[in-house]
Amino acid sequence: MKAICLTILIGFLFVLPLMAATDFYIQDVPWDEGKALNLLWDTDADSVLIQKADSAGVWQPIFLGNSTPSSYTDRDLVPNKTYRYRFTSIPMAVDSSFVTAEARPLEQWFYLHKLSYLLILLIISIAIVFYIQTARRGKDYFIRRISGLDSMEEAVGRATEKGKPILFVPGIGDLDDIQTIASLTILSHLAQKSAEYDTELIVPCRFSMVLSAAREVVREAYLKVGKPDAYKEDRIFYLTDDQFGYVAGIDGIMVREQPAANFFLGSFYAESLILAETGYNTGAIQTSGTAQASQLPFFVVSCDYTLIGEELFAASAYLSRDPQQLGSLKGHDFGKVLVIILIILGVITEMIGWHWFKIFFEGVQS
Amino acid sequence: MSNFMSIFGLWLSVFFTFSIFSFLYKDNPFYKLAEQIFVGLSAAYWLVYLFYSIMLPNLFTKLVHDFRGNIILLIPAALGIMMLLRIFPKTQWVSRFPIAIMIGTSAGINMVRYTKSDLLSQISATMINPFASSSPSIVMGNILLIIGTICGVYYFYFSKKQEGISAVPSKLGIWFLMISFGASFGYTVMARISLLIGRLEFLLKDWLHIIN
Repeated sequence: MKAICLTILIGFLFVLPLMAATDFYIQDVPWDEGKALNLLWDTDADSVLIQKADSAGVWQPIFLGNSTPSSYTDRDLVPNKTYRYRFTSIPMAVDSSFVTAEARPLEQWFYLHKLSYLLILLIISIAIVFYIQTARRGKDYFIRRISGLDSMEEAVGRATEKGKPILFVPGIGDLDDIQTIASLTILSHLAQKSAEYDTELIVPCRFSMVLSAAREVVREAYLKVGKPDAYKEDRIFYLTDDQFGYVAGIDGIMVREQPAANFFLGSFYAESLILAETGYNTGAIQTSGTAQASQLPFFVVSCDYTLIGEELFAASAYLSRDPQQLGSLKGHDFGKVLVIILIILGVITEMIGWHWFKIFFEGVQS
Repeated sequence: MSNFMSIFGLWLSVFFTFSIFSFLYKDNPFYKLAEQIFVGLSAAYWLVYLFYSIMLPNLFTKLVHDFRGNIILLIPAALGIMMLLRIFPKTQWVSRFPIAIMIGTSAGINMVRYTKSDLLSQISATMINPFASSSPSIVMGNILLIIGTICGVYYFYFSKKQEGISAVPSKLGIWFLMISFGASFGYTVMARISLLIGRLEFLLKDWLHIIN
């Protein structure tokens, strides 16, 4: 359905015989969110000036340039609001000459420029559902070794041997951060291990929602291994919402409680090096993981093991070996292969001049 | 009085700056004092800040002024109250519902957001003709960009044992990642030095008046 809003031409004011023939009209950009209008013209003049009436009715220039290509797209408009434009050919003839027109951008129910977005989401989602279903039916999927996660057992064992606690920092993101959620799934496995070995687990939290979720996760883990009495709620505690106040508090815990193993998993920002360096100085075995690309270098240099980006999200499936989660991970891997294929196709089509392929994917950004 | 307070505040800032810096030597009572005050003060500050900047304008004020028009706000208010029921051991289970809603909506929203910002942006930005430029350095840069992106993505492919020929792109991928981490490390350290300069400027300019 192609909805076109528009209006053409309200009036010519001074038309002189010597003036170049001019046609100016406006079209609503089809299949969009109603925030853009296409201004089109047909003129013999070299240059054109387009003005738009502001809320006070004063003409403000929005385009001054070459008459070809004979179109201009006015973006960031308010849907359903009427806009007035004035078109002037340059050079003008003896007298001033302009054409005015008005139009209203309309929102459509489907944004065609986001079609690639929909297709990719659908394909990957279908793949994930398919692999989960096949995993449920008993198909065993292989998952390669991730050394950062293999270290978990070693770290817990070392803490048990030394009789010292384990420190788990779930990052400084709130519960709406996907990294924090991934971090809590790893906390669940770590809590099970610490419960099995009777090793104390310390979890300082920055946000109240994370605190509540962390307590639930750890309590569940202790219940799962049949040691609900060993669960100590006061070792999972709130510090402060302030970023550096939180870091100062954790630094204090590290130097005073001397945990034998530190886990920094989740969303981290400027505090990553402060935490990891303090932990390094205490001699603890350190495992870190984040999807913050700018913070990964600090973890790589100061921690024994680092989960890089996607490895953090794969952790839950890797640790649990749960067929359903392995199926989901297999679906993600399908998505990665799809990305590689699309990039290769995109490069080839760009080289042979078929730009439509790239535009199809670029359209999502506009 | 205001002059006294500003001078007192300045000396207090200097004291806490040195107390925090003293951690560079080792943990000591000054650092402990500064840390405890910082943590306690910031926790209290954020509690008051969140109440006055979020709870009051977004919930209480709206409900008081136009209850009918903002009746939908009762849903988040109810979820908030459900979270508070954690205080009582018998009703702790109620808080699982708001937590589940929070995690579920976050996962859904972020899936859509990251597919656009991280996945599709990256794909379309890598779809380039590497030989479009006449400059050899740009051509080389474009080729490295394409190979680096593909190998970087392949490194995170978990479903296949990385040995033999299939290990090559993975190894290349981790090399690209490590080189980019190295560059990022240097860049960020430079930025962090500016924080140190800020503190030194405070000590030398505002406190000691040694520099202008």
